Amino acid sequence: MWLHPSNPQLDKKGQLHHLLTLEGLPAEILWQILDTAKTFVGTKVKKVPLLRGKSVFNVFFEPSTRTRTTFEIAAKRLSADVINLNVTVSSQSKGESLLDTVDNLSAMHADMFVVRHGESGAPHFIARHVAPDIHVINAGDGRHSHPTQGLLDMYTIRHYKKDFSNLRVAIVGDVLHSRVARSQIHAFATLGCPEIRVIGPKTLLPAHVEQLGVHVFHDMRQGLKDVDVVTMLRLQNERMQGALLPSAQEFYKYYGLTQDKLALAKPDAIVLHPGPMNRGVEIDSSVADGRQSVILPQVTFGIAVRMAVMSIMAGNK
Amino acid sequence: MPGNPLPDAEQLLTALIEQMRPAVGPDTGLIGIHTGGVWVAERLHQALKPKTPAAALDVSYYRDDYAARGLHRDVKRSEIPFEVEGRDLILVDDVLYTGRTIRAALNELFDYGRPASVRLAALVDRGGRQLPIAAQFIGATLTLKPGQNIALKRDAKGRLSLELREEAK
Repeated sequence: MWLHPSNPQLDKKGQLHHLLTLEGLPAEILWQILDTAKTFVGTKVKKVPLLRGKSVFNVFFEPSTRTRTTFEIAAKRLSADVINLNVTVSSQSKGESLLDTVDNLSAMHADMFVVRHGESGAPHFIARHVAPDIHVINAGDGRHSHPTQGLLDMYTIRHYKKDFSNLRVAIVGDVLHSRVARSQIHAFATLGCPEIRVIGPKTLLPAHVEQLGVHVFHDMRQGLKDVDVVTMLRLQNERMQGALLPSAQEFYKYYGLTQDKLALAKPDAIVLHPGPMNRGVEIDSSVADGRQSVILPQVTFGIAVRMAVMSIMAGNK
Repeated sequence: MPGNPLPDAEQLLTALIEQMRPAVGPDTGLIGIHTGGVWVAERLHQALKPKTPAAALDVSYYRDDYAARGLHRDVKRSEIPFEVEGRDLILVDDVLYTGRTIRAALNELFDYGRPASVRLAALVDRGGRQLPIAAQFIGATLTLKPGQNIALKRDAKGRLSLELREEAK
């Protein structure tokens, strides 16, 4: 097999071949991605010719606007050709299997697949079946992983806080259903963040989450005390129907980020949110638009991070 | 290194400065190519004192060997803190060899604008060109055996020196 025996994301030389999850990815590769992303931020020339002649297929089995758009912008700024496929409304509804879809796309001479899928593990499955010269990026799979979101969060935090080795960070809200939270926890741990807190009601925290090395808080006021970074998670409306929560109003009362709760964090704490935001559910508008919010810079940095991932991967054989 | 056959980089730099002095005006842009070329350009800038700030180019995203060799581990951001359009520019590199780096640098430069002119300065020209590229300012011309390479080094005090490297077979 041409892939690394213990990590299907890496090639034999230990270089990034697919990006499927941040779990188990060596710190050296995370730093390489973050360092490379920096070269794309704030440059006078937006577009470079690196991936000219390459085809990047955005294959989205689950709807997304922001993630798909930022991948598209990233690929175009590297001069790749971008093909967007919204598979939910085409082949899958006609009964084509996932592998048939992938085989067909490979036959169109794709060089890279950016895959979003509602089922955890779908991008791994695709990565195992594509030809050896094709690269796969996971753009979010089920509850499992959203590695480029985790990386752009790390980029954003490093931009404002410079260093992870003294940071106390809090991840707040629906951790149970959040692929973003899982990606963040793995990245924080790999980059040497000493204190990771998760804050949420028992019904929205995974069982045994503390085994990931995090501190669990059910009281948001306690959990936010003296943190440097607050990352809010989106409360997905569909969760409300599953009897996990009494109501959005009650969630807001206990776990919504308001100015008075944020005041318990350090005065220079920053607030992240992966979007799209539910204002008045997990975050108050005055916080989302306030001086500590870095939610819009996250979007800008997200393009640079995705450019970095594609540049590094496409050059690895 | 005892018996080092290579010339002293500091002497070459002095020679290069004197060659370039008549050609560098207050508005000339000096653009070093990462990494060694940036060191040389910084020293040229200190000595020749153009008003235009020194610039640095990393050509990693323009290289023609990306498909074969992948992305360089340590890419730097290109920083050109002046208007390229209409300006007389001098690209600066440490060792001029195949000319492919210069080709990449020219392509990148023209994404910033249309300069009035571009000239090339190299501390060492070691021959072996694979493209129709020539330097206008050269510290020294060296002939190397196949498999030999030279690299510029900079010590903690900022002194430049040349190092001979034998390519692993």
